[in-house]
Amino acid sequence: MAAEAKVDPMHQFAIEPLFGSGNWAIAGHNVAFTNSALWMAIATLALVVFVGGGLKRETVPGRWQMAVESFTGFIDNMLATNVGPAGKKYVPYIFSLFMFILFANFLGLMPLGVFGVHPFTFTSHFSATGVLSVLSFSIVLIVGFAKHKLHFFSLFVPHGTPAAMAPAIFVVELISFLVRPFSLGLRLFVAMMAGHVLLEVLSSFVISGGNAGPILFAVAGLPSFVLMVGICALEMLVCGIQAYVFALLTCVYLNDAENLH
Amino acid sequence: MPQISQLADTYFSQIFWMLVFFGLTFFIVGRGMVPKVMATMADRNKRIGDDLGAAEAARAAAEAEEAAWLETEAKQRASAHELIAAAKHQAAQATHDSLAIATARIDADVSAAEARIAEARAAALGEIELVAADAAQEIALRVAGLTISADDARGAVKGTFVHG
Repeated sequence: MAAEAKVDPMHQFAIEPLFGSGNWAIAGHNVAFTNSALWMAIATLALVVFVGGGLKRETVPGRWQMAVESFTGFIDNMLATNVGPAGKKYVPYIFSLFMFILFANFLGLMPLGVFGVHPFTFTSHFSATGVLSVLSFSIVLIVGFAKHKLHFFSLFVPHGTPAAMAPAIFVVELISFLVRPFSLGLRLFVAMMAGHVLLEVLSSFVISGGNAGPILFAVAGLPSFVLMVGICALEMLVCGIQAYVFALLTCVYLNDAENLH
Repeated sequence: MPQISQLADTYFSQIFWMLVFFGLTFFIVGRGMVPKVMATMADRNKRIGDDLGAAEAARAAAEAEEAAWLETEAKQRASAHELIAAAKHQAAQATHDSLAIATARIDADVSAAEARIAEARAAALGEIELVAADAAQEIALRVAGLTISADDARGAVKGTFVHG
């Protein structure tokens, strides 16, 4: 019992093929339908159900429609303040991005372990968040170059830069620009992974403390449990904040592409 | 750390399924549903705006109506005042006229009556003279045995009457 209670906090991030799909391949690349893919599917499904439920198109909205409309209104407002009128056309993308990340984060935090189902937080994998950040960055590049052609490079030389400083500033700005997709993807991945590791470590304290006898349980297990409750609340906040930050930064970058400086 | 240790085996699957499901989310939810939700909100906002505009217009119309009504009322009040003043003036005039007529009639009556009184008095005085003259003739005849003519008696009496 004591030997089995050793908890590996990283095990929750392990990717496993499901339904014997381990050998599925496209052009020689493995595309196994993993637990990660399953939770992407669940997030998509949940999102379709959620937004679909608010699609009654009533003039006087019910609660569900009100909830969906508050989200679309929130995204619309965010684009309007950060990008301006030109941001209206990005509402579908930013909404999908924000809601997909939000649902993924929340689904990963659901206490489904009680029912024997272990939720998988695919936003804790940079291979998943990287796709989203590269997607956002690509849109910024495509829009920027399509709209401003080579003039888009003026983004890297802010107004009022002395001529002598321009080359150095250009390099610095270029690097900071190119770092964006990495910072965008890594921020989400790190925040989600850190929270889940922390919860797992604390829960291992509760379990090993309980196994080691009542005194250790009272000294280490109980405080850890209380702390876990608090950190769970914090993690809920982080779920929302990280989705918001991802969407907000994408908006800010889109503003650069749409309006330069 | 599975994110790194499993990366070589799983990166393609992760990227593939991420693109598949995020793509589905984007096309079904983002492109399919969100514009409808936004259109509903826009419709509602437009309707609210239209209703507010209509209410504003109705209020303006009501205010204009009220102003017009107040003006009409003021006019009617003024004309009513005029009518009353005219009627009062007319009534005063009529009263004055009928008073004048009545006064004239009363004056005529009074002067007629006075004339009659004066006449009656004069007649009465004449009668008294005659009676007094007769009486004086009689007295003179009885007392002094004098026969006085009616004219003398009358003249004597008249003188007394005249001197009072």
